[in-house]
Amino acid sequence: MAFAAFGSSTPTTKGQTKSGRVVLALLLPGLIYLVLFFVIPLVSLVLTSLEAPAASGRIGEYVPGFDFGNYAYVVTKYWPQIARSFGFAFIATIIALLISYPLAYFIGVKARPWPMLQRMLVTLVIAPFFISFLLRTIAWKQLLADHSPIIEWAHQVGFLSPSQSFIGSNAAVVFGLVYNFIPFMTLPLYTSLERLDTRYLEAGSDLYASPSKVFRKITLPLSMPGIISGTLLTFIPIAGDYVNASRDFLGSSNTSMIGTMVDADFLQNRNYPAASAMSVVLMGIILILVTWYVRKSGTEDLL
Amino acid sequence: MAGELSVAGADLELIDVRKDFPGFTALDDMDLHIPAGQFFALLGPSGCGKTTTLRIVAGLETPTQGRVLIGGKDITDTKPHDRPVNTVFQSYALFPHMTILENVAFGLRQRKVEDPLAKAQAGLDLVELGHIGARRPQQLSGGQQQRVALARALVNRPSLLLLDEPLGALDLKLRRQMQIELKAIQMEVGLTFLHVTHDQEEAMDMADTVAVMNKGRIEQMGSPEALYDRPKTAFVSRFLGQSNLFVGKVSEENPNSVSIEVGGAKITVDKKRAEKHTGTVAIGVRPEKATFHEEKPNLGADHVLIGPGEIIDIRFTGVSNQYLIEIPNIGEITVFAQNVGKSPVVELGAKVWVSWKVEHSFGLRDLPDGTEDLG
Repeated sequence: MAFAAFGSSTPTTKGQTKSGRVVLALLLPGLIYLVLFFVIPLVSLVLTSLEAPAASGRIGEYVPGFDFGNYAYVVTKYWPQIARSFGFAFIATIIALLISYPLAYFIGVKARPWPMLQRMLVTLVIAPFFISFLLRTIAWKQLLADHSPIIEWAHQVGFLSPSQSFIGSNAAVVFGLVYNFIPFMTLPLYTSLERLDTRYLEAGSDLYASPSKVFRKITLPLSMPGIISGTLLTFIPIAGDYVNASRDFLGSSNTSMIGTMVDADFLQNRNYPAASAMSVVLMGIILILVTWYVRKSGTEDLL
Repeated sequence: MAGELSVAGADLELIDVRKDFPGFTALDDMDLHIPAGQFFALLGPSGCGKTTTLRIVAGLETPTQGRVLIGGKDITDTKPHDRPVNTVFQSYALFPHMTILENVAFGLRQRKVEDPLAKAQAGLDLVELGHIGARRPQQLSGGQQQRVALARALVNRPSLLLLDEPLGALDLKLRRQMQIELKAIQMEVGLTFLHVTHDQEEAMDMADTVAVMNKGRIEQMGSPEALYDRPKTAFVSRFLGQSNLFVGKVSEENPNSVSIEVGGAKITVDKKRAEKHTGTVAIGVRPEKATFHEEKPNLGADHVLIGPGEIIDIRFTGVSNQYLIEIPNIGEITVFAQNVGKSPVVELGAKVWVSWKVEHSFGLRDLPDGTEDLG
């Protein structure tokens, strides 16, 4: 009702069929892509997750069916991995946010008078992507290996007890996750803070708000869209990540996540229904969490 | 200091304030005193330093040197949120993520004033927008946003209210209406208002005292009437209304008047209305104070008479006609004649004499840009 005053121009019917065809033609490539590479694989995934072992009993042979036992099997067998995945994703997202926000604020707000510096810093944030993340993660494995200078030093100062390794620990996996996904947090935060109108901040301090109050009451709510997209863009891929937690990289058998188990079931155990059921479970949990999160943070209020 | 609601305005004092930005000086040794309860306007073209002055008072800018005192208290080093000052920003800067009522209650909440929402509602009622408290700033028109910004500042009862071109974004009709409302509110609440504007009519219309600023300095300060009647510099004479200026060497000086010689004519000013009595002097007269004659009139020493010249342009503006008259060796003179049916009917090219009463002349302290000192 309040919007009635703004009105909305009703498009004329003349020429609508023609523009309708143009719209369809423009949408078609995207639709085909989605159907081919999203809808069909998704259906196939769900069907596979319900398959039953073949009568032959040979490993890796399954027949179509409605075996919901696959779900019961993965949830009971892999619940520690499921819990760990979301626990790691939660902690890593929070750490990434805490590191990224001040950085993004500096680049997006404080560095405004120096556009050259701004561009340089944004490039630095993206720079790690120029090298394959597998290589970078392997490099961290070397840097944080048992007799590396960093770990020797940590032993000396007492961060690690003697004979304790860092690689293979939960902390190492979380470290790797934060490191690998932090640009996905920094960039949306930067874009949102870069557009922040500092006149609101001046108005806040003019209205008796101390700098910390200005941050909590004005800066933070106004950068909420960036925080939401940043946390989603880090949380979702981290929950499904299988590289950092794997034994070949920064993890050990005690740090395996959902992705690690999907990888193992699919490529080693050749238990395709279990791997598929696991993927569907992962997808389902993420979907529920994201829906709840977006609802709760009330994005519709944010401009 | 900011914890208490002030009952009345406080006075503002700027002592020797200077502000340097990389490459230029925005404010040059500014001294200013605004008595409590006054409606004070800082008037000047863009880039004259008026907004910088306002931001220094609000604490959003730190002066390079000098002190700022409010109610006798030195607040130069006080943070903006601890100053008993509120600002109505040019952009309004209403928080887009809050409702109108929450916007108005913001300052009250920060100072932990009791019952902020009721007081905010009263503030909205004062600007006649009590019914839109639940809306968001984006849903309001420019005029409504302006009034909300005013209410958001006023509810805090600051000792000093700063207005940074608050009417700049409004159309003419709404601006006139808001000028009247602002003035009425100021009289009602009795706070000290410091209003920054480039609109000379707005400044003259609303302010008790106007300070005309140019290039980081105050050129002249006084009541609107005094400034208009007796501008002391060429800049003020032209920024505030229009002026005809004549530059010449002093040819005659007696205890009551000073005269200069321009293109063979004698232009006289009362000595008490002249800033400078020797050397090269600029004397001016307002276009509406001058009249023209088709026949050479016989006037006494209490009038200035120049001419004959030729009418080279006539403009009809509704309430008056504007005539541009070119007088050989003197230059172009503008004369306004009211459309009351009494002024002579003349046509382009007519030969006329121009006269005005000596008491309407004013003598300037400086010379207009582009004129040379004649020694």
